[in-house]
Amino acid sequence: MRLLEFQAKEIFREYGIAVPPGRSSDTIEDARRDAQTLGYPFMIKFQAPVGGRGKAGGIQKCSNADELEIKYPQIRNMTIKGERARAILLEKTAEIRKELYLSLFLNRSKRCYTVIASAEGGVEIESVKSQTIREVGLGNVPAEVAAEVAAELGLQESAAEQFADMLARLSRLAVEKEVELAEINPLAILQDGALVALDGKVITDDNANFRHPEMSKYREESEIEERAEKSGFSLVELDGNIAVVGNGAGLVMSTLDMLSDSGGKPACFLDVGGGATTESVYEALSLISRMRGVTGILVNLYGGIVKTTTVASAFLKAYEDGIIDVPVFARLKGAESDQARIMLADSRTRLFGTVEDAIGAAVTGDGR
Amino acid sequence: MTGILEILRGSEGDPDYNNKGVIVQGITGAYGSLHTRNMVSYGTNIVAGVTPNKGGQTFEGIPVYDTMQEAVEATGAAISAVFVPARFFKGAAFDALNAGIKLLVAIPEHVPVRDTMEVVRLAESKGAIVIGPNTPGVIIPQVTKIGIMPPMPFKAGNVAVISKSGTLLYEISDALTSAGFGQCITIGIGGDPINGTKLVDAFEMVKDTPGLEGLVIVGEIGGDAEEMLAQRIMDTGFSRPAVAYIAGRAAPKEKRMGHAGAIVMGTYGSAESKVGMFAKANIPVATRPAEVPVLLAGKMKKSL
Repeated sequence: MRLLEFQAKEIFREYGIAVPPGRSSDTIEDARRDAQTLGYPFMIKFQAPVGGRGKAGGIQKCSNADELEIKYPQIRNMTIKGERARAILLEKTAEIRKELYLSLFLNRSKRCYTVIASAEGGVEIESVKSQTIREVGLGNVPAEVAAEVAAELGLQESAAEQFADMLARLSRLAVEKEVELAEINPLAILQDGALVALDGKVITDDNANFRHPEMSKYREESEIEERAEKSGFSLVELDGNIAVVGNGAGLVMSTLDMLSDSGGKPACFLDVGGGATTESVYEALSLISRMRGVTGILVNLYGGIVKTTTVASAFLKAYEDGIIDVPVFARLKGAESDQARIMLADSRTRLFGTVEDAIGAAVTGDGR
Repeated sequence: MTGILEILRGSEGDPDYNNKGVIVQGITGAYGSLHTRNMVSYGTNIVAGVTPNKGGQTFEGIPVYDTMQEAVEATGAAISAVFVPARFFKGAAFDALNAGIKLLVAIPEHVPVRDTMEVVRLAESKGAIVIGPNTPGVIIPQVTKIGIMPPMPFKAGNVAVISKSGTLLYEISDALTSAGFGQCITIGIGGDPINGTKLVDAFEMVKDTPGLEGLVIVGEIGGDAEEMLAQRIMDTGFSRPAVAYIAGRAAPKEKRMGHAGAIVMGTYGSAESKVGMFAKANIPVATRPAEVPVLLAGKMKKSL
């Protein structure tokens, strides 16, 4: 789960990591009230799980009430990289002396947590040459390591102490909340010498959600994604017109690639999962039927544990109930596929011997 | 660390050569019982099962124990297949590793990454191999199958397949089998961000297999396991024909594509990066699963 900036900052506050005074809102009415509490000037910040908000104009300074009336609605209604604002954060402007970078992340190839820090902050860390990198096992950063990192950044006295303290707190957060990434960028040294997290990015491990009921308020799923999760399949909504259904994440990704190579545009990625039943696949089809702009369904199944007949039954039931009214292009292989082909022979499913042929028909036969 | 083939097959002359005992953890559960039957019918020697509080029972004639300690003491088995729900995985894996298991095949999906890290650490300290979690398992065709893969795609031969994805492992092995390329071993490493056996580890496990004629690598977006493997292949001067397939070229960034590990962050984990590294290592990358045997034949200078 990727937290929004203001949510990450709520958690930062909980762990004693300093953040600028701020308030999040959805409406201009609430924002007017927040503006009085905060006092001008402040920043208006677009809240969505995307990077590059500043460049796109989603973060702007607001100096008075007149500006608030113009800029707040403007930012509230923006779309940045396809994402609409989930909320707006009003946050006090800070007098910045220097910007640093600090993160703790799950290092997949080293199979441990890793600290990255840099004396250059506020830009993408990939573009920064001078980085301090420390592997820290399961994420607990010892005090002496925190002090070493601070020293390597060239920090001294109070700044070094504050930095090491902030890293220790970030480490505690990372361990307790089971994060994949906890990032402060920029971490600002203010004119008065205080260290403050000006932006925050926190991504937690979805598979550990069951241990973190306190985080459930931050979960954001579309109704369709929520129903998908409940039924045990993975669904990613995309913006094309051909729904792609299969079993196994790799196989469905592969089908998406081949469809795109052939000029087709996928409407979704739907992996029915290893525990698929006729009921869950039927539920998948009913979700697809509710997606806008779907003109065809491409099915690619390699039956193993999930039998192709299980999926065929779901299609037959979906036709019977009239929930599918678009053409279906299917390639079935593996467990019970001969039987599944017989079951679907008289239905509106068009069967193909190879996925390449099914894709060819889906791309040309969808009326585009 | 003992090699995986040594653990799975033993040595010629051993009384249990090609018939090594395997313990199933979670044998009485719906998933565990289904796959125990499937493994037995494939010829895998399942010698015991473990389900807490069900010790003393039998499942299809297989004795069930409360703990791994008891099961290992009774059978001497060094291999375990774990079928417990994800939230109980860590406990089950600790139980197995502490009882002396040398090869742990971790089937569950949705294991918290912290639990996997702790299990991997314990395994390292014990010199044990963990495959998975979120893996279909490992199969030596026509000898033993430890996992959930259907038997149809696999046939004995001399090509090794290592894969992050389950169904793509089946799909590509099927294509290889149809083209006349049987497999000496196939290993699913799993689709999670942290793997007990990384792609490079799986490569190290299979690269010296006697008679090995080719290597097939099935990767997907996320992480940099493919890049590390390409680098390792260059560093070791591995001379057998190798080909790769990478899934997820068309996946959007920052979206998790079914597998917990299948996510591109910025450029980290992108298909372009992986394909680029394989090109550097002179390993052709197929654009479709069906193209894998064609490329392999080309590398072997064989005609299909």
